[in-house]
Amino acid sequence: MRFRDHRVVGDILELAARYRDAGADELVFYDISASPEGRSVDRSWITRVARTLDIPFCVAGGIRSVAQAEEVLACGAEKISVNSPALECPDLIDALSERFGAQCVVVGVDSQTVDNEYRVQQFTGDVAHSRDASRSTLDWVVEAQRRGAGEIVLNCMSSDGVRQGFDLRQLRAVRAVCRVPLVASGGAGSAQHFSDVFYAAHVDAALAASVFHSGDIAIPSLKQHLRTAGIEVRL
Amino acid sequence: MNERQVIIVASGGANTASLQFALQRLGVDSAVSADPAAIQAATHVILPGVGAAADAMSRLKQRGLDTLIRTLRQPVLGICLGMQLLLDASQEGDVACLGIIPGRAARFPTAAARPVPHMGWNTLDIQRPCALLEGLNDGDYAYFVHSYALDVGAATVASSRYGEPFTACVQWQNFYGAQFHPERSAAVGARLLRNFLSIN
Repeated sequence: MRFRDHRVVGDILELAARYRDAGADELVFYDISASPEGRSVDRSWITRVARTLDIPFCVAGGIRSVAQAEEVLACGAEKISVNSPALECPDLIDALSERFGAQCVVVGVDSQTVDNEYRVQQFTGDVAHSRDASRSTLDWVVEAQRRGAGEIVLNCMSSDGVRQGFDLRQLRAVRAVCRVPLVASGGAGSAQHFSDVFYAAHVDAALAASVFHSGDIAIPSLKQHLRTAGIEVRL
Repeated sequence: MNERQVIIVASGGANTASLQFALQRLGVDSAVSADPAAIQAATHVILPGVGAAADAMSRLKQRGLDTLIRTLRQPVLGICLGMQLLLDASQEGDVACLGIIPGRAARFPTAAARPVPHMGWNTLDIQRPCALLEGLNDGDYAYFVHSYALDVGAATVASSRYGEPFTACVQWQNFYGAQFHPERSAAVGARLLRNFLSIN
């Protein structure tokens, strides 16, 4: 679940409860406007979400220090996800992993094909600030793991929002160098896309937002589809 | 269940809030404490676990809680790392643990098809009847996040499988444990917590 737009907390709680009841296995709360504006996430809603949810959830957005991460985890989040701040200061990954354990530390990677190479993009929450991070995606995924990332969420930007399916080729390339859980993000448009990404790229999980928010894909029928396709899934 | 005095042992992990919220959803208040007197007086003691084994053991020792926990007679529930702390030892930091339950937590072997940490929902296989597992069934899903695990052994009451089978739940006298996170395991986890709080 991704909140691109500003929503009031009541909406977030209602959506969180709805997805929980629909059988979502994990929720991710992105405050993607946090990094470009140089501020951190507003924490007040995290505790309320944690009271509501009985499934794991991850908070992403502008976490720049161990102290900020500690605050988020103390509110009841299971994991924290870092993206732009880790690109600016890769040592942040080491510090977070050392303090909280790798299982808490998700590194989000926004990636795009540039001149036949997968390149990391930074500050993607805001078009005006978005830029190439001067890193190869595969190198960054390897480095993030070496530094202690416990999970990689790969958001393939050319696929994001267009609903033409996950970027299977890129996910396969990243899977080949990723020894920690890999979550596919970007491009989901149909239930078939989900079964495709599990079979073709051997990812550990698939993340989507707009197709769930819009109601185009209902989680129970998606999970039934996956189970029928022979993919193990909690029903 | 409000007559319960539930203490969550403060062992340095950042995340006890989600466990407290899970207990609140069952209508049970709890307190997080490292005070030996409070732990001693509790009807139910929970040893949570996020972090590393060596670090958690040194925190318990600093406060003399290692000795205290071994002597507790009320129901004690170790969760995740907290369950592993009840064992003889852990390969994580090669550390001696509380030595209450026989066995040693070992790191999952590296395999291309099985990323470590083992993170996500996995099924339970009930190995023998236990009050902790009342109402739970083979195939129920629970949420796991861990890199170290205990082989199936004498104390195992439920197992799961990640390549090889490993211990998902243990029981040894008044000591119970769950390798998974009941506070994040939806209805299955809520039932396990309720079962634990019902043990006298």
